[in-house]
Amino acid sequence: MSALIECRDLVKTYEMGDQVVHALNGVSLDIEAGEYVAIMGTSGSGKSTLMNLLGALDQPTSGELRIAGEDVRALGPDAVSRFRNRTIGFVFQQFNLLPRTSALENAALPLIYSGLPHAERVKRSMARLQQVGLGERTDHHPAQLSGGQQQRVAIARALVNDPKILLADEPTGALDTKTSADIMAIFDQLNREGITVILVTHEQEVADHARRQIVFRDGVIVEDRS
Amino acid sequence: MNALASLRVALTALRINALRSALAMLGVIIGVASVIVLVSISEGTKQAVEAQIASFGANLLIIRPGSSMFGGRRGGAGSADPMTDGDVVAIRTEIAGLAGVSGEVSASTTLVFGGINWTSRIQGVNPDYFSARGWVIAEGRAFSGAEDVSGRRYVVVGQTIVQELFDGASPLGQAIRIGGQPFEVIGTLERKGETSWGQDQDDVVFAPLSTVRQRFGAGMSATVRDAVSTIYADIAPGESTSRVIADIEDLLRIRREIQPGAEDDFAVGSLAEFIRARNETESQLGLLLAVGAGIVLLVGGIGIMNIMLVSVTERTREIGLRLAVGARRADVRNQFLIESIVLCVIGGLAGLVVGVGGTLVYAEVGQLDIVIDPVIVAIAIGASAFVGVFFGLYPAHRASRLNPIDALRFE
Repeated sequence: MSALIECRDLVKTYEMGDQVVHALNGVSLDIEAGEYVAIMGTSGSGKSTLMNLLGALDQPTSGELRIAGEDVRALGPDAVSRFRNRTIGFVFQQFNLLPRTSALENAALPLIYSGLPHAERVKRSMARLQQVGLGERTDHHPAQLSGGQQQRVAIARALVNDPKILLADEPTGALDTKTSADIMAIFDQLNREGITVILVTHEQEVADHARRQIVFRDGVIVEDRS
Repeated sequence: MNALASLRVALTALRINALRSALAMLGVIIGVASVIVLVSISEGTKQAVEAQIASFGANLLIIRPGSSMFGGRRGGAGSADPMTDGDVVAIRTEIAGLAGVSGEVSASTTLVFGGINWTSRIQGVNPDYFSARGWVIAEGRAFSGAEDVSGRRYVVVGQTIVQELFDGASPLGQAIRIGGQPFEVIGTLERKGETSWGQDQDDVVFAPLSTVRQRFGAGMSATVRDAVSTIYADIAPGESTSRVIADIEDLLRIRREIQPGAEDDFAVGSLAEFIRARNETESQLGLLLAVGAGIVLLVGGIGIMNIMLVSVTERTREIGLRLAVGARRADVRNQFLIESIVLCVIGGLAGLVVGVGGTLVYAEVGQLDIVIDPVIVAIAIGASAFVGVFFGLYPAHRASRLNPIDALRFE
């Protein structure tokens, strides 16, 4: 049985004017199903680039990338959208909720693109909001919710399609310490329930929740400890 | 993502920016409203003209003598030799494609019934006259050809006469004195109303042509005993007006012994064509206004495009998010396209309400004829939907081409 995520010699280069920037410079990495991984590094270390590749938001310049058995490089634009929709749940630092839209509708957003009927969308997103402790506030708009509550809505949205991988990019970056702890507790719980969680962070405290920490510098892995 | 879900997303987005949506619609509202108002008025005018033509006789030709030429000195209109009964008969028997031909003579006279009198004109006509001029018998009957030939003192009167002499009661079988002589009323005519220049068309008394000629001396001169002032010829449906005119002209040139190359001393005119020509400029003006309204709609569409581009930029992060959670490019494109179409169609419907309302007010205030054509309404709504698609396509395409990573980072 192969790993959930397999990276072989991943290279990602960007052209910035006449300069070529090597964001990733030969990264090989396996992540098994059910792992709890923190990807660390300073700004510009390549961790965000890896995050984008693991989330199938971007394609590597060279190398191999298989996620859940799928060769991401071989997927066309529509197929890659469907793949993201079914396989990956995203949590962002800035929550990225739709303004003036209820928590329920925000959480249900990915299901619209799965083509589920309205009743089913409501049922599933309601269940996920209850799971993250927001069962009472499903009709609130983002502006009526605290930062922590907004991030819970975002987590419910990430979970609503039963993804294999939860990708969180600095999920506590916009939250205070107490709220951060609450949010991290949710990730811990989700991982215990079997979901593969990948955190991208530069905070050691957040990374300490994970059981495996991978540290990036200048586009290469400098440390991978469990 | 199905169409219903897309529509819901679009409506939500428009509701969130209600004021901006309303302002963006304004151009489409004004465009559609002005198209409807202008076309309705233009159509109304056209129908009024057609009604006017029908009241004269839709396919009527008017044949009159022209000016005489005597030693290089030209006489005035009608100074040439008059038309005669012989011309009427010749046209009736020799010209193909006519539904009816009638001569006309007239005399000014006073009508008396009981103690009431009324000054009008008595017109002597042949029985074909009624259908040729679009007269419909309201009550009783018209006189027959035999009664025309034998010079019976029968009259058929218009509604103004019924009103003035009989106070609206049925005059059938009543005797009235016309120029001191008794005439029996055998029929009345349905009301035609006023012409557009305010002439009462119902102040008419018709009697057999020979009767008027004998009793009033109308159309008689020292040299010509059987003159008529005008000949009316009714072209049968489906016949070519120009062909019939040419045939009548050929016939009259022979009968009036006009040398080849010499000018006609008579005129064959089509009243319908005259009125249509007179209104040509009006309908062209209507067309011009409709083009103007179309330009307003176009400008409205550009306004929609502008707003949609602003909306796409503002919602870059939303687009990034939608792409990240599984929206295909087509989903994003359709979302913005549907928003633009919904914006335009709502604007179109609002324009429809304003346009129809404005047209009704205009008709009420200006006492003018209007015609609200459902086809035009459908075209106006269709045009606004088209504007939505056309001007929404570029912003929607731009939205769908965004890179999710850049879009998510957009501040």
